[in-house]
Amino acid sequence: MKFLCVDCDKQMAFEERQLPGDGTLAATFKCPTCGRVVAMLTNPMETQLVSSLGVEIGGRTVPAQPLETVRKMVSTGREDAFDEGSREPGAGSGTNWSAGALERLNRVPNFVRGMVKRIYADYAKERGIAEITPAVMDTARAELGLEGM
Amino acid sequence: MPPIRTYHDLTDADRSGLPEQIGAQRKRVAERLAGVGRVIAVMSGKGGVGKSYVTAHLARALARSGRAVGVLDADLNGPTIPRLLGIDHSPRPTHRDGIEPAVGADGVTCISMAMLLEDGAPLAFKGPSAESFVWRGAMEASALRELLGDVAWGALDALLLDLPPGMQRYVELCDILGAPPAVLTVTIPTPESRDAVRRAMRAAVDRGSRLLGIVENMVGDEFPGSLDRRLAGEFGVPILARLPWRPTPDAWAGLAGRL
Repeated sequence: MKFLCVDCDKQMAFEERQLPGDGTLAATFKCPTCGRVVAMLTNPMETQLVSSLGVEIGGRTVPAQPLETVRKMVSTGREDAFDEGSREPGAGSGTNWSAGALERLNRVPNFVRGMVKRIYADYAKERGIAEITPAVMDTARAELGLEGM
Repeated sequence: MPPIRTYHDLTDADRSGLPEQIGAQRKRVAERLAGVGRVIAVMSGKGGVGKSYVTAHLARALARSGRAVGVLDADLNGPTIPRLLGIDHSPRPTHRDGIEPAVGADGVTCISMAMLLEDGAPLAFKGPSAESFVWRGAMEASALRELLGDVAWGALDALLLDLPPGMQRYVELCDILGAPPAVLTVTIPTPESRDAVRRAMRAAVDRGSRLLGIVENMVGDEFPGSLDRRLAGEFGVPILARLPWRPTPDAWAGLAGRL
């Protein structure tokens, strides 16, 4: 999908991705010539179709996790299906979690908790963040498009 | 209004890079399967002919003959391979680069949705229930892609894929692999099965798959097993086995030897 500024006959550039709620995915595009900004809004079914393809509008900022779609989207998964304790030592480690962040993490279903924890840990590690707090989680969610995490 | 240019006329850098993301998914599958000697889809146009049973026992026979074999249970909605391979539902160890397949009877490695779903629960997805047919197929195709590309299969002589009835999963598989897999066809000695299997074999040929041969299953008594001869002649493929209701280990070994 691409957007064309008809007046300028220029391809518009992706600006930002938002998940404003209600199952809507919003992506904004800006004309590099006249500066006009438009937003594309998908309905929940269209948002779901994008998710089902395993792609990220706006591009990926972190690599896909193993079985990411299965873990994120299957609603009848076993809570203990994945043994996250046996990952290789040191991966995503070295980051502290505040009590508030841990409390929030514990509200994530077991089926995906390990993957979500790893995403936040990798996000913090890549940016040199020593402690993951609820505020860091909010920022990461907005930047990475982690709806519901 | 001026004439609108086509999608491909717009060639500026695209930050989303959706084609590149899809390309990366395909590359991951290709890299993961680089150590697999043969990918074989076990399929039939007909349900209830024993595809999973044949897949599991063929895999075991291949393993007993010294080959490294994996089975991907591609029947996401009715997975049975773990039970046939004597695999329990232990959590799967997960690493950054993938998850480890389970190891079943005779050392056959395996992944199946049965290991990931709650006991007795159907495969269900989060998302809007209205018009779910629009996205459910794509979701299942993504799950299949992840089972291929995110499982640490390692070096295998053969990876058998147990496909559900019908052609949908086979078509998805061709797209994900980027090339049609070799196909082993399973049928039973009834005219109804032959007719359905013929359509599936035709579809596989049209897609460019190499047909390895036909296994006629559940042969015995009033079903002597001869209907497959016409199919074999029609498609120029061998009949690899006619299996009775209770095949002996020798029967499985014979089938493995002819593959």
